[in-house]
Amino acid sequence: MSEDIKKMIIDYVKKEYLEEDSGVTVNESTKLISSGIVDSFSMVSLKMFLEKKFSVKIPDDKATPEAFDSVNNIMNLLKEYTKI
Amino acid sequence: MSHIGSYEERYKSFNWKQSEEELEYGKNGMYNIGYYCSDRICEKGNGKKLGLIWEGFTGEVKKYSYNDIRVYSNTIAKFLQDTGINVGDRVCLFMDKVPELYLGFIGILKMGGITQPLFSAFGEEALFTRLDDAKTKAIMIQKKHLPKVRRIKDKLPDLTKIIVIDADEAATPQINEIHFWMEKTPKVEKFDIVKVGPEVPSVIHYTSGTTGKPKGAQHAHSSIIAQYITSKWVLDLQTDDIYWCTADPGWVTGTSYGIIGPWALGVTQVVLDAGFGAEKWYAFMQKYKVSMWYSAPTAIRLLMKEGIEAVKKYDLSSLRHLASVGEPLNAEAVVWSEKAFGKMFHDTYWQTETGAMMITNYPGMKIKPGSMGKPFPGITATVLNTKTYEPITSPGMVGLIALKPGWPSMMRSYWNNKTTYDSKFKNGWYICGDRASIDNEGYFWFVGRDDDVINTAGHLVGPFEIESALLEHKAVAESAAVGKPDPVNMEVVKAFIALKPGFEPSGDMELDIMNFIRKKLSPLAMPQEIEFVPSLPKTRSGKIMRRLLRAKEWGEEIGDTSTLEND
Repeated sequence: MSEDIKKMIIDYVKKEYLEEDSGVTVNESTKLISSGIVDSFSMVSLKMFLEKKFSVKIPDDKATPEAFDSVNNIMNLLKEYTKI
Repeated sequence: MSHIGSYEERYKSFNWKQSEEELEYGKNGMYNIGYYCSDRICEKGNGKKLGLIWEGFTGEVKKYSYNDIRVYSNTIAKFLQDTGINVGDRVCLFMDKVPELYLGFIGILKMGGITQPLFSAFGEEALFTRLDDAKTKAIMIQKKHLPKVRRIKDKLPDLTKIIVIDADEAATPQINEIHFWMEKTPKVEKFDIVKVGPEVPSVIHYTSGTTGKPKGAQHAHSSIIAQYITSKWVLDLQTDDIYWCTADPGWVTGTSYGIIGPWALGVTQVVLDAGFGAEKWYAFMQKYKVSMWYSAPTAIRLLMKEGIEAVKKYDLSSLRHLASVGEPLNAEAVVWSEKAFGKMFHDTYWQTETGAMMITNYPGMKIKPGSMGKPFPGITATVLNTKTYEPITSPGMVGLIALKPGWPSMMRSYWNNKTTYDSKFKNGWYICGDRASIDNEGYFWFVGRDDDVINTAGHLVGPFEIESALLEHKAVAESAAVGKPDPVNMEVVKAFIALKPGFEPSGDMELDIMNFIRKKLSPLAMPQEIEFVPSLPKTRSGKIMRRLLRAKEWGEEIGDTSTLEND
């Protein structure tokens, strides 16, 4: 289950934040914010995607660059607010 | 002891000649910025001094002495010449904050090209608009950004050289693509820097207005006279400083004070090519013992969110002087910075068009938290009555910030758009487009923009550009983009959207439209909030009343809307 969710998030990041043939690979530990794949402005759309997909509300003060910096970190964040 | 000493004395006796003499500007007929930022520093005996320490997000570190900067920029200049780039051609830099961006900037100038740095997060439409307007001949680009250019290059007949700086060796270049690896190319020890005149165009930075397409503020080589002396007196850069400017050279701060100013002074600067992270930043400053830090209010407010406890985990005792730029620095942030770092941030006010700092706070001068400070020596600044364009003499009265033209880094025109350039002047004053008041001690206090341009995280975003892009979304019938207050970014984009028949508002629709704009224009232009409305308020002539929507977001008095209706 958890692997499916990770894959779903990775696929979303690849589709929305990377060029198709950019040559950048993404896995569960890839740095998303530090690497610039997702910038602080775009975090808003990633947060919105997660909230809609998992029917949760992530408090703004928990949506930090560190919390979004990898799919693993995002999973930890989601676990706080959902039963995944 | 700070470089500026007494502000009042400097203001009274200042002449730009002073800066020219220190720089020896024009000696042997040399006016090229590229020379003053590399070869001249080496000629002064500082070739071995580090000019750039670069760290990537993975922790990789690269160091460049001033001699390295000289030689690598020669190498790039020679390569561009050999490729067929001529004096006056526009060469775009479209990269993250990698060393080639900084060295390429100097290299382009050395061979007489005009640099056109663009923020690498721009989407293809934003990129197209700017390359099309400037009739750009070449673009230096990382392979990760190449797909954006490949999608638009057929519509850009002037763009004939696409220079990929980090291509895989086995990759095959497509038509008009050239692979260039700076560090593998034979080094060019000696290069005849093109002897341009001081008024020859050097840099074009695009900036947004309320209406029309983004405008290219075109600067001249002599801008260095202002960038040098403001770096010295406002940033107070000293010989032994380790300087960190957090701005991206895709924007004017990143070139005026992230390249030209510090390198003209022969200072060591550090660059972190990584996304924002409070502790990452503190660790970076601790590691390199950063002593002068020039950042942005948005970043400072993000740091405030992480709390003082995070600061205290690191040894930041090397910090000597702090300054900020991009948007008004609120008083709370100034007070917080003193608690957190033992130093107050010094706010600086200027614009893409001004090329250098205009109204600022100075080392040694009393800071009034929340104030913009006072005009730089050599700058005559005032606030004008909005109707008569005459200077306001009463303290505290709000008017338009205006500057007497004539300083060296003033834009020379908007590229290809003299009419709009001319419209920026009234009664012999350059009108900045911002409102402020002046207190009885001569301090300026920022009030807000005088137009509909959105200042988000220190970057100006034009509502027209967003609305035009929104109309290309299949579901959007009409839209208005306004700035709404934001505790961190000062303003963020909010879009009011009326959908076409057959489309329904929903969370998925909102996300789809947000991502559409982010990819088409940039993350900065992406609406952070969308409000779906049945229709938009309009004037009698059919223009959308954007100001009415904005006023509602800011909780401002709307008053009599009949005048707006007649706009």
